[in-house]
Amino acid sequence: MSAVVAWAAMGGYAVFVWPAYGIAALVLGGLSLSSWVRHRRSAAALARLDERRP
Amino acid sequence: MLTRLANPARFMRASGAVLPWLGLASAAVLAIGLVWSLVFAPPDYQQGESVRIMFIHVPAAWMALSVYLFMAVASAAALVWRHPLADIAAQAAAPVGAGFTLVCLATGSLWGRPMWGAWWVWDARLTSVLVLFFLYLGYIALVNAFDDPGRGVRAGALLAIVGVVNLPIIKFSVDWWNTLHQPASVFRLGGPTIAISMLLPLFVMAIGFLLLFMWMLLLRMRTALNERKAQALRLYGQAAQLGESRRRAAAAPAASIRGTATRAGAGG
Amino acid sequence: MTAAFWGLFRRDLRLSWRQGGEIGLVLGFFVLAVLLFPFGVGPEPRLLARIGAGIIWVAALLAAVLSLDRLFAADYADGGLDLIALSPIPLEVSVLAKIAAHWVTTGLPLTVLSPVLAILVDLDPAAIPVLVFGLLIGTPALSLLGAIAAALTLGARRPGVLISLLVLPLFLPTLIFATGAVEASLVAAAVRPHLLLLGAVSLAALPLAPLATAAALRQALE
Repeated sequence: MSAVVAWAAMGGYAVFVWPAYGIAALVLGGLSLSSWVRHRRSAAALARLDERRP
Repeated sequence: MLTRLANPARFMRASGAVLPWLGLASAAVLAIGLVWSLVFAPPDYQQGESVRIMFIHVPAAWMALSVYLFMAVASAAALVWRHPLADIAAQAAAPVGAGFTLVCLATGSLWGRPMWGAWWVWDARLTSVLVLFFLYLGYIALVNAFDDPGRGVRAGALLAIVGVVNLPIIKFSVDWWNTLHQPASVFRLGGPTIAISMLLPLFVMAIGFLLLFMWMLLLRMRTALNERKAQALRLYGQAAQLGESRRRAAAAPAASIRGTATRAGAGG
Repeated sequence: MTAAFWGLFRRDLRLSWRQGGEIGLVLGFFVLAVLLFPFGVGPEPRLLARIGAGIIWVAALLAAVLSLDRLFAADYADGGLDLIALSPIPLEVSVLAKIAAHWVTTGLPLTVLSPVLAILVDLDPAAIPVLVFGLLIGTPALSLLGAIAAALTLGARRPGVLISLLVLPLFLPTLIFATGAVEASLVAAAVRPHLLLLGAVSLAALPLAPLATAAALRQALE
């Protein structure tokens, strides 16, 4: 357990390292999520329009 | 292959087939890269554990630049060779590139604080990336500034080409400016060359970011094509409805007037 | 073709002269921006002298940006741009004529006024010739490169804000080399490399900017 804590402390640099990884996760994760969600929505909207076509 | 994929329908089929594998591959590579970077890579003898930020910062910088070059090439393909999907590709890539640039700037700042003692330093590299960020923002703002989306994307394509010509000039002038105003402040990563034990996780993260970009690019291109098709269908549907109602009105004008009169009478 | 060039050049000059306010606005903004700095950073002469060239150049940049959206907008709105595009002379030449007129009404007055402002920011008198010469060969680049941004944003919502965003990366090299030249003259270092690079940027922009601007105008007129 203490090995994990030691690792998480990042030799004293934790306050820099973890926010760095966090920002990367936030920005890239957010972009991925929005890309995925918008894709699903656009496909669904298109499918609905396709059904209505005569 | 690019000309074969110029057909939107064929592109949708091809991208749809590739997409899940791309998503899986990028997730797997990123997972491996993250564990390697955070756990197994050795600390630097000068910078200690803070060097782990490099495994995000450097691949993000590579992607920031590569995506912009991709946008420029796609814009050239759109304007010069009139490839039908090229401008969609550029527009889809822009927000992702801007995201990588933002990550590069933020992680650079967080890395710089323990290393140089300041949250921001106007060194040549960070400053150039900041200007690159503004190039991205300018592109995104321009493309979205027009009511006619086609006009926006075409203007953006021109801007991207102007920007890529400007990029080496900016880099050169920022380097020039920096050497005039600051002593060389380049840090050294654990010696004259990066150890292979750090180089490998760096490359894994770089490949992971590249796969992630490609996955998002295809997703966003497909979304754009879906939205275009939906818009066309809506317009087609409205036109069809308009045609229908006009036909009915022309065929039986008296009947429709009587119809409205009785409806009004019933309502009143 | 030269007759058409000068004709368009003179017409643009006459229009901005008649509208009067345009040149005044640019110069007024320039002077105001420079005047505000001592109030912002304190009147200490050594500080002002150190940053004076930068203040003047940044103010010149902002004043140029202010005047850019009027470069093509009026002609675009009333159809004059269509006529210019349809004329037998190349659109690039017409664009160059309009840019030249723009420079005469913005960059040139700024250059002429700069010695006075240099005194206000306590710039070392020995550096003033370098400042003025730098403005003379650097401000054409502002008009040339700014025209690209002005043409790209024709018909956009809120073009003014957009132009400022687009123009930053384009103006940066000019700003860096011009202020570098003045700083070099202040420390008795070599001034020529900076001025040569500054001139190179303007010269490179001379053929390239009208090309890009004309392409952007054609997009706007489609």
